[in-house]
Amino acid sequence: MEYSAIILLLPLCMFLFLGLVGHKLSERVAGILGTLGLTVTAVLAYMVAFNYFTMPRNAEGVFKTLQPVNFEWLRFTEHLHIDLGILLDPISVMMLVVITTVSLMVHIYSMGYMHGEKGFQRYYAFLSLFSFSMLGLVVATNIFQMYIFWELVGVSSYLLIGFYYTKPAAVSASKKAFIVTRFADLGFLIGILILSFFTETFDFQTLMSNPTSLVSETAGMTFMGCSVAAWAMALIFMGGAGKSAMFPLHIWLPDAMEGPTPVSALIHAATMVVAGVYLVARLFPMYCAVPEVLDLITWVGAITALYAAVVACVQTDIKRVLAFSTISQIAFMMVALGVAFNSDLHAGLGYMASMFHLFTHAMFKALLFLGAGCIIHAVHSNEMSAMGNLRKYMPVTHITFLIACLAIAGIPPFSGFFSKDEILTAAFEKSAFWGIWMTAVAGLTAFYMFRLYYRIFWWSKPDYGHHTPHEAPKTMYLPLVFLALVTCVAGFIPFGEFVSVNGQEYHIHLDWSVATTSIIVAVAAIALATWMYLSENTKPKALADKFRALHTAAYHRFYMDELYMWVTHKVIFQHICRPIAWFDRHIVDGTMNMLATVTNGVSYGIRKLQSGYIQWYVWVFIMGALLIAVLAMCF
Amino acid sequence: MEIPMIAYLVVSTIMFFAGVYGFVTRKNMLAMLISLELMLNAADINFVVFNRYLYPEALEGFFFTLFAIGIAAAETALAIAIIINIFRHIRNVDVHNLDKMKY
Repeated sequence: MEYSAIILLLPLCMFLFLGLVGHKLSERVAGILGTLGLTVTAVLAYMVAFNYFTMPRNAEGVFKTLQPVNFEWLRFTEHLHIDLGILLDPISVMMLVVITTVSLMVHIYSMGYMHGEKGFQRYYAFLSLFSFSMLGLVVATNIFQMYIFWELVGVSSYLLIGFYYTKPAAVSASKKAFIVTRFADLGFLIGILILSFFTETFDFQTLMSNPTSLVSETAGMTFMGCSVAAWAMALIFMGGAGKSAMFPLHIWLPDAMEGPTPVSALIHAATMVVAGVYLVARLFPMYCAVPEVLDLITWVGAITALYAAVVACVQTDIKRVLAFSTISQIAFMMVALGVAFNSDLHAGLGYMASMFHLFTHAMFKALLFLGAGCIIHAVHSNEMSAMGNLRKYMPVTHITFLIACLAIAGIPPFSGFFSKDEILTAAFEKSAFWGIWMTAVAGLTAFYMFRLYYRIFWWSKPDYGHHTPHEAPKTMYLPLVFLALVTCVAGFIPFGEFVSVNGQEYHIHLDWSVATTSIIVAVAAIALATWMYLSENTKPKALADKFRALHTAAYHRFYMDELYMWVTHKVIFQHICRPIAWFDRHIVDGTMNMLATVTNGVSYGIRKLQSGYIQWYVWVFIMGALLIAVLAMCF
Repeated sequence: MEIPMIAYLVVSTIMFFAGVYGFVTRKNMLAMLISLELMLNAADINFVVFNRYLYPEALEGFFFTLFAIGIAAAETALAIAIIINIFRHIRNVDVHNLDKMKY
C-alpha cells in the first residue's frame, strides 16, 4: 500500500501550490483545485481503508500492522532515531477515513460559506496544510513524528483561527489557542524525552511489542511520590489534554470559535481536538501498564464532561454552545479510555467505545457546526437572540440539524446512541459511580442540545427586518445532507469488528438495561427542553433568576478565564517575569553596554595615532622593526 | 683577488639605510620614490650575493632578482601615475600636503 504516501503528499503539494501562486488564481479556480485535491486524497483513503480491512487477519484474528513507508530522518544514537513513515493499523486507518471525509465536506462547504471573503485562496491553502498535518499525525510511525505533526496542526489551527486577522478578537483567540496548547505540549515533549530515555526508542511498534518496558526500566525510581513511569505517561497525557481541551486546559477552545465556522467544524470539532484521544489510544497498552494514570484520565475526563455540559446550558452564542458540547463529548471519549483496560476484549470495551464515539462524533459534530454556519450565514449573528423560528426559512438545515441533535442526545437509531451507549456500558463496568455520573452528563447533553435546537428553530421570530433569512446555497447544504445520512447509518457499522483493544473481533451487543436508562434520561431531558424553549416564554428567565449565582457563574464559565488572567498577570508576570526582565535589562545588557562604552572611549583616545602622514607611519614601522630586531638579538 | 662577501653586504646596507633615510626625510614624492628604489636594489644585491657566495650551484637568487627588477619597474610606473594624479589635484607633489587619510 505504498500509494498511501500520496495521501500525505497531495495536500502538502496543494498547500505549497495554493500558498505560492494562489493569489494569481481566481477564487473559483483555487476553491475547485483545493477541493479536487482533497477529493483524490479522500478516495485514496477509502481505498486504503477498503484494502486494509479486507486483508486476511493473522492467526490470532488480528489485523496486521503495516508500515508501507518508513525512512530514517535523524539518528541520535544507535537505538534512538527519528523516522518518518506511515503506520497503518485499525485506528489510524479509521482516522484517515474520518479526517478526509470531514475535510472534504468542509472544503465543499467553504466554497459557499467563504465566497467573496478576502484571502479565499489563503484559506484553502491553510485548509490543505491542516489536512496534511492531521493526516501525518495519525499515520505517524513513532512518537516523535507524531510530535512534529502535532505542532504542525497547532500552527495550522493558529493560522485558521486568526484568519480574520484584522479582528482583534480573532488575533487574541489565535494567540491564546497557540500558547495554551504549546504550554501543554511542553509536558508532552518532556514526557517523550523521559519515555525515550528509558526505553531507548521512539517507535510505536517497538514500544507496543513490550508495553511494560518503561515500567520495568524505571522500576524503583520515584519523583515527588509518583513513579517515573507514571510521570512520563501523565506528561504525555498533558499534551493530549491540551489539544483535546480537557479541563483545566480547555480555555482556548471556546475562543477558537472566532475562526471561520467551517474551520471550527473541521479543526475544533471533528479532527484536531480528538488528537489527544487518539494519542492516548495509540499508547493505550503503555497506559495500562500504569493504571494510576488511567484513573487520572478518567477523573480529568469526567470533570471536564460535567463542567463543559453545565456551561453549555447557559451560553447564548450558538458556536460557544457547540464548543462546550465538543469539550464535553471529547471528555466522554477520554473517560471511556480511562475506564478501559487491555486484559481482555470485555475489559477493553471502553477503548472500542471511545474510538467509535470519536468516529460518530466527528460526523455529527461537523454537521452541527456546518449547520450553525448556515444559520450564521443567514442571520449574520452568532447570538441566539437574533434567531428563532428559522425552521420555516431553512428546511434543509433544520432537518439535518435535528438529526445531529438527536444523534448527540443519544436517541436511537442515530449514530450517537450506539457509541454513547458503549461508553456508558464501559463506565458502568468500571463502577456504578462513573456510570451514573456519565449518564447524568448525557442527560445534560440532551438538554443543552435541544435548548439550542428549539431556540434557533422554534421559539418566536425576532425582527428580521428587510432581510428575511433564506436557505444556504447548494454547496453549503449538500455536505449537510451527506453528513446527516452518515449520522443516520454510522451506528449500524459493526465497528467492534474493525477496532478493538487487542485487535480481535468484538461483536457489539447493546446492554439493554444501560440503553434503556440512557434513552429515558435523554427523552426526559429533551422533554424538559421542549417545555422550556418550544415557544417564547419567561420560564428560562425565571429559572435563571431563581439560581442566579449558579447561572452567572456558569455563564462566565465558572471564571476560569479570569483565574488564568489572574495567575498569569498577577502572579507569573508580576513576581517572576518582572524581576527576570529587570535582571536582563540591567545586568546582562549592562555588562554588554559597559564593554561597548569602554571600547569606544579607548578608541577615541588613541585615534590621533592615525595622523595621515605617511612618513610618520614609515618612521614608526622602521623603529618598531629595529626594536624587534634588537630584542630578538638580546634574547 | 676575490672580493670578500662582506664588502658587497656593506655596500647594500649603506644603500638600504640611505633609502630609508631618504624615504623618511624627503618631502618630494619623486625623491621618496627614488629612495624606495634604492632600498629595493639593496635587497636585490643581497639576493645575488648570497646566491653567488653561499650556494654557487643554485640560481634562485639571480632569478628572484630579475623578477624583483621587473616588478619594481611596474611599481614605478604605477607610482608615477599616482603622483601625476596628485599633482593635478593639489598642484604640487609635497607629501606633507597629503594628510587626508586619517580618522
